[in-house]
Amino acid sequence: MPTLVSHPDEVKVLSRRFGLGATNIDRYIELDGYKATRQAIEQGPDWIINTMKASGLRGRGGAGFPTGMKWSFVPKVSEKPKYVLINGDESEPGTCKDHLIFLNDPHAIIEGAMIAGLAIGAKTGFIYLRGEYRYLLNIMEKAVADAYAKGFLGKNIFGHDGVDFDIITQTGAGAYEVGEESALMESLEGKRGVPRIRPPFPAVVGLYGGPTVINNAETIANVSHILLMGGEAYAKLGTERNGGTRLFGISGHVERPGVYELPMGYSLRKAIYEVAGGIRGGKQLKAVVPGGSSCPVLRADEIDVGLDFDQMAKAGTMLGSGGIVVLDETVSIVEFALRTIRFYQHESCGWCIPCREGTDWIKKTLTRFHAGGGTKKDIDNVQYIAENMMGRTFCPLGDAAAMPTLGFIKKFRPEFEEYLAGKRVDHPLIHIQPFGETELAGAH
Amino acid sequence: MAAIQNTIFTPGTAARFDKLATIYPLKRSALVPMLLYAQDEVGYVSDAVVAEIAQRLDLLELDVRSVLSYYSMLRTQPAGKYNVQVCTNISCMLRGGFELLDHCKHTLGIGHKETTPDGLFSLEEVECIGACCWAPAAQVNYDFHDDLTPAKMDAVLDSYRARETK
Repeated sequence: MPTLVSHPDEVKVLSRRFGLGATNIDRYIELDGYKATRQAIEQGPDWIINTMKASGLRGRGGAGFPTGMKWSFVPKVSEKPKYVLINGDESEPGTCKDHLIFLNDPHAIIEGAMIAGLAIGAKTGFIYLRGEYRYLLNIMEKAVADAYAKGFLGKNIFGHDGVDFDIITQTGAGAYEVGEESALMESLEGKRGVPRIRPPFPAVVGLYGGPTVINNAETIANVSHILLMGGEAYAKLGTERNGGTRLFGISGHVERPGVYELPMGYSLRKAIYEVAGGIRGGKQLKAVVPGGSSCPVLRADEIDVGLDFDQMAKAGTMLGSGGIVVLDETVSIVEFALRTIRFYQHESCGWCIPCREGTDWIKKTLTRFHAGGGTKKDIDNVQYIAENMMGRTFCPLGDAAAMPTLGFIKKFRPEFEEYLAGKRVDHPLIHIQPFGETELAGAH
Repeated sequence: MAAIQNTIFTPGTAARFDKLATIYPLKRSALVPMLLYAQDEVGYVSDAVVAEIAQRLDLLELDVRSVLSYYSMLRTQPAGKYNVQVCTNISCMLRGGFELLDHCKHTLGIGHKETTPDGLFSLEEVECIGACCWAPAAQVNYDFHDDLTPAKMDAVLDSYRARETK
């Protein structure tokens, strides 16, 4: 069972029910549960959307798009049914925050989905969890069944005539790419998880061709709290244009890894050295991958930056999914870069050529380089391939593979050169064992 | 939907599949969950599973196979009763994921995607399973095991062996 951690600097909004038994619906109601939904039914869609806009909440999946604005893009009138889709396909390496939400507060996800439905005029919500999260799907399904039993879901919810909302839970079966919004819709329609071209955007043509709001599980779990505390109060917890708090998962070489809820804009240095207890075993910090594996790496001298979308962008990286991966001095960046690209090569759905071929050639080159057969030209080649993947694919997976690769080479080029010269920074224990090539070829 | 004669699934699963085919705006939406639940019961997605699911959802077997080949949790060959999946992605790698995988290889005497001769365990190196802050982590079937060491992994494997001798 994942352990819950705590630090005095935390501001617990979303995580305030963690560890308090809120999977039980009666306990959840005691802890202010389902108040926000009742309020939302009474106040109506414009009030909901205005509150969400005022909160400054931005998408927690990684892209950081303002949630209130996303909801406002859905046409008021639509011939086709509208849908709410909750993305719980959490698969970005370094990210395990939604895991804790499903485990500790499943009703907050249901409430968020209902409120989103009320805001856009949808009567059906889907909650999609990655296939590996079966025990969390069971928790989620029980929560949905309990909500139906209380009359909170179904027809005439909370006794309001004509207010209907249904929730269907869904499992994936192992595919990183399905975490991308359009691929997720394909998967939910029973197809291979390949991305769709946009426009049209999901707000206009989404699931089953109907207007669809798709939100990350963490984003949606914030919604009921925001309605209860007010949009402005939530916004004030964070920084300008970056409202509220966020679940940061700090992993890797720290003393106290864990998921911490910190205000947006909190110092990355403090997050590592104070909240997570500093580098394990008194070692030196070497680098940080600040928001899941697709974010460009920061060197140890670049961590005096605030954890919000804009400050991270200014620092040349991304806040991403909030998964902060900490590397100490013993890590070989060549190895780390290879392990990272090996993941993206495995997960590329193969739909777009720059991604399919690019990830494969970078993996092949770095595998040979790592094994001692590298040349100086390889370093330039890898950079060249990655640069040519950027912005040339249907979905962001191509960028997600290229950006960290470029980061490793730009920030740590001397280490790649020293590696070539035989001054290898080998970690004696870590060794890359490639997946069998034949099996890879058949994987996707 | 054509009535399913002689279903290959247990009555409980067959009833569940009957319902799954009705809850979505489009029946085909049940495909991915159905494949996974079928695999849970049969052990893998056999030809018979493909045929019956195709029939249940009014799809061609080709459609089912096309989707089947995309998802990494779905397999077309039997695995061990307990499928040990060790994560070696970045957060787990930094805290000993590869050492753990190596340890499992030696202890079980099998490699990636292989099964022990008694059919009890199979081993798989997997990508991120969403347990990064409790690394290194592994899953045995759907059970998560966090914050592992080789010694803790031995205890985990023993606990599954013990289930068999009971």
